[in-house]
Amino acid sequence: MKLKKYKKTINLIVFISFLIFSVVSLVTGYDLGIRIWDNFLVFAKDMVLILPPAFALIGLFDVWAKRDKVEKHLGNTNNPMRFIWSILLASTTVGGTFVAFPLANALHHKGAKYSSILTYITASSLFMIPMTIMEASMLGLKFTLIRLLGSLPFIIGGAIVLGHYLEKSQYKLPDILE
Amino acid sequence: MIGLYAVAGLAIGISYVVDSKKTVEGLKKGWKKFSKSLPEYLKLLILISIVLLISEDYIIKYLGQENIFLGLMSSLLLGSITMMPGFIAYPLAKILIAKGVSYMVVAGFVTSLMLVGVVTYPLEKKYFGKKATVLRNIMSFGVAAGIALLMGIFYREVHLL
Repeated sequence: MKLKKYKKTINLIVFISFLIFSVVSLVTGYDLGIRIWDNFLVFAKDMVLILPPAFALIGLFDVWAKRDKVEKHLGNTNNPMRFIWSILLASTTVGGTFVAFPLANALHHKGAKYSSILTYITASSLFMIPMTIMEASMLGLKFTLIRLLGSLPFIIGGAIVLGHYLEKSQYKLPDILE
Repeated sequence: MIGLYAVAGLAIGISYVVDSKKTVEGLKKGWKKFSKSLPEYLKLLILISIVLLISEDYIIKYLGQENIFLGLMSSLLLGSITMMPGFIAYPLAKILIAKGVSYMVVAGFVTSLMLVGVVTYPLEKKYFGKKATVLRNIMSFGVAAGIALLMGIFYREVHLL
């Protein structure tokens, strides 16, 4: 709790000093400061417009997609559908690879195959819903669609090859005791 | 942008018809996440505004070079060794495209940024061990290159024949 309070104060100091710096730059005509402020405004405008609908979607996604259900489908199975489930699970993982690594490790110890968890890891950095929404808003839907659909064969192919190799060499993932 | 609002509106509408309670709960969750991450967004926006000013010419010099494959190589390497969150990377990608950098090179940068983690190596090693981590990152580099090439073909920046 104490750390959180501390963080808030630091944030506030950062914002306020940035504001003061910008105002002073604008008043005194300090070129570098004005250009930084202009950059900031361009980004801020995009963010203000994009974030509210993006987070509405993210919230809805959260209540409708039940992660434990998906995790169940990832167990010790050879069913090709497990790739679809891996990608679905990946797209619902908020927090990217930082959350994905430990979860993949846990899934593996629960019996998920290497190719499943490798698909999951790779997809968790490529298929995250919040980021995909952000990308489509910034770079256009065409870019996002090519990236998502185009990456599927690479992701699954790579996961199968590497998974096969790891299984054959009887590789063991480290045990993580939390 | 209009598309995003249309999709969000439609999703909320459908969700509300199916289950109004769940919808309200979801929107509340979304709002909570939004307000939680807002300070982080702001902080990083400030940071990128400053960093971009300093490194913009440098980035464009390497990524926007004449030989598109050298540009792709640079973008893949740059994406592999750096780390930034998506909401910073995408505005940057948008700017790069506006400055004339090809879609292929931008795709190479964005995908390797997300997939290959040289900086996150110690973390990944903890969960996957040395060998699997190294192999996964090599594989991911290949995946990123593949996606980028595909992008180049679709945007007609690379010609197969």
